[in-house]
Amino acid sequence: MTEYVPVLLFLLVAIGFAGGTIGLSSLIVPRRRNAVKNSSYECGVEPVGDALQRFTVKFYLVAVLFILFDIEAVFLYPWAVTFRRLGLYGLIEMALFIVILFVGYVYLLRKRALEWD
Amino acid sequence: MMPFTMPSLIAVDWWALGAVIALSVGAMLLLVLEFVPAPPASNRGAFVTLLALLAAAGSVLEVRDARRSLFDGMFLHDGFTVFFTVLFCVIGAVAVLQSWDYVKRTRINHGEYYALLLSSTLGMVLMAASNDLITIFLGLELMSLALYVLVGFRRTRLDSSEAAMKYFLLGAFASGFLLYGIALLYGATGTTNLAKVAMFLADSPMIGNPMLIVGGLLLLVGFGFKVAAVPFHMWTPDAYEGAPTTVTGYMSAGAKAAGFAALLRVLLVAFPPLMSEWRPILSWIAALTMTVGNVTALLQTNVKRMLAYSSIAHAGYLLVAVVAGGLDGGSAALFYLAVYSFMNLGAFGVLALLGRGAEERVTIKDLAGLGFRSPMLGLAMTVFMLSLGGVPPTSGFMGKVYLFSVAVKAGLIPLVIVGVLNSVVSVFYYLRVTVAMYMQEPGAEPVEIAWAPSAAIAVVITLALTLWWGVQAQDLLTTAQRSILGLL
Amino acid sequence: MMHDIPLAWMLALSATVFVIGVVGVLVRRNALVIFMSIELMLNAGNLAFVAFSRALGSLDGQVFVFFVMTVAAAEVAVGLAIIVNVFRLKETIYVDEINLLKG
Repeated sequence: MTEYVPVLLFLLVAIGFAGGTIGLSSLIVPRRRNAVKNSSYECGVEPVGDALQRFTVKFYLVAVLFILFDIEAVFLYPWAVTFRRLGLYGLIEMALFIVILFVGYVYLLRKRALEWD
Repeated sequence: MMPFTMPSLIAVDWWALGAVIALSVGAMLLLVLEFVPAPPASNRGAFVTLLALLAAAGSVLEVRDARRSLFDGMFLHDGFTVFFTVLFCVIGAVAVLQSWDYVKRTRINHGEYYALLLSSTLGMVLMAASNDLITIFLGLELMSLALYVLVGFRRTRLDSSEAAMKYFLLGAFASGFLLYGIALLYGATGTTNLAKVAMFLADSPMIGNPMLIVGGLLLLVGFGFKVAAVPFHMWTPDAYEGAPTTVTGYMSAGAKAAGFAALLRVLLVAFPPLMSEWRPILSWIAALTMTVGNVTALLQTNVKRMLAYSSIAHAGYLLVAVVAGGLDGGSAALFYLAVYSFMNLGAFGVLALLGRGAEERVTIKDLAGLGFRSPMLGLAMTVFMLSLGGVPPTSGFMGKVYLFSVAVKAGLIPLVIVGVLNSVVSVFYYLRVTVAMYMQEPGAEPVEIAWAPSAAIAVVITLALTLWWGVQAQDLLTTAQRSILGLL
Repeated sequence: MMHDIPLAWMLALSATVFVIGVVGVLVRRNALVIFMSIELMLNAGNLAFVAFSRALGSLDGQVFVFFVMTVAAAEVAVGLAIIVNVFRLKETIYVDEINLLKG
């Protein structure tokens, strides 16, 4: 169990730091209430209308591409853990895997899927 | 730590894997080629696809007599794999010939069309070659995902997009069942390898294990969706009607054959010990599928939709062969799948020629008078209809004769009676098309025929195969029997 | 030392999630919600795989889960694209209102 003591200490420090700063700032913060302060965004544009509105489909594209390329990490982790044991064979297989992903990456780069405008 | 030994692939293995490599390299090449400028009427995509399909078929044919187990028994190269790989490649090649001009006419001539075609062919090959539930699932998903996109490829049209959405939602629903079934089977047997499942079942008192039964049933539901068996057929007419006609032809042949390939391998390799459990269930599904498919087809006016119900009915006939099981049933299923694929591809190929530009003229009325305006096309369509209905001297007749005789031998008399009655009913709606072509006057605006050399080649190939196997079925039959031998 | 959770409990949870998914697909009419229910079914499968993998002491189940996650991600990419496209053409994703094809 002793090897977990540092983790526990880190945990305590992290919680203490986060809780401490929030608690301290809530103690010493100046409170001035007015209409601007109470709006959802203190600065910037006045909120108008419903929150359920359509937004540009580009967000969807970025999110989906992120998921697809994020999933590859699922395969990289087990490979990384047994990297030495799998040796050259594992390296070649993983290189092939990455090359195939790279073809996909080149494809969407050239399709300008990653450009916002 | 367990020692890890590097798998050593000998020359035979590389040939055996050639199909998979050729198809995946082809698909990736097509994606990259998108960025090399080409004129809008370019045939580059079609050329590359044909080449990849030819290379794939040639590669497995090079070692067609070998029997190899690769990747820890996940991938099997045997007669069964060779039969289906070649079948899928030829189906794909015919689909490319049909699409050649069609995609330009309907303005969907993108490299992605062919890349997706190759990807789904790759999925089908994997399904047929897999000896493990994991790889079967992966192959099925690869095939399905590519097909979802292909169905919705005319993305500015609502019918195409709607078809894609329905196909996708129901297909993914089916995948959920399939996956859960695999999970339960894994829990009950401790393995996903089909051969090991069989070994486990052979000397186990666990046959009555509910987890095993439920898992098997969920697996059947999943495959039932993919091959469009009643009551899991609801997506078929919508997906077939909305998809680009060439894609409809391709999926009606390829996806069905792939679904049956995987079903056959699972049932014949892993579950012979449970035969008494799945036989009655499949018999009922087969009878229902034939009847519902044929009766509903009678009511259709859109030929694409009618052929969709007809394809459901054909899944029923094929299930009869699966129920018969064993060497005979298996080879009857393989024989019928090959025969069915080409007559169906041919029929959709003719439909794909009708209409100007992106318009679609595929109702029975649109076919009126076609037999006189274009005798060749009328004749081809007539042969395909007769073959689908099982009238001699066509391949469909030989297929049905062999299939039903095998079923009689297996003692499935009630199923055969239902099947033969259904065949008689089906002749009615197939003949309606022929009657329209030869005995009705074309409407005010006769449908335009968009002839193209490649499409003509596709019609000739499918027509020749349909007629050839109608009179000279022996070769195909021997091949089918040899191919199934490796499984048993 | 952690207490071992019995396999039956994990399977019960997985079966519950699966049934919620199936019922969701059958009763909801919003294409996105149907799709979310399908994802529930896949994840119920994953849960069962992990549970069995632990009970059987074999790693195959966990490897299978990786593949299922990949497949699910690919399904999200394709499925959402199709649904977005339908919404662009029809301004609705309620499956009852998308009924051009019938017969």
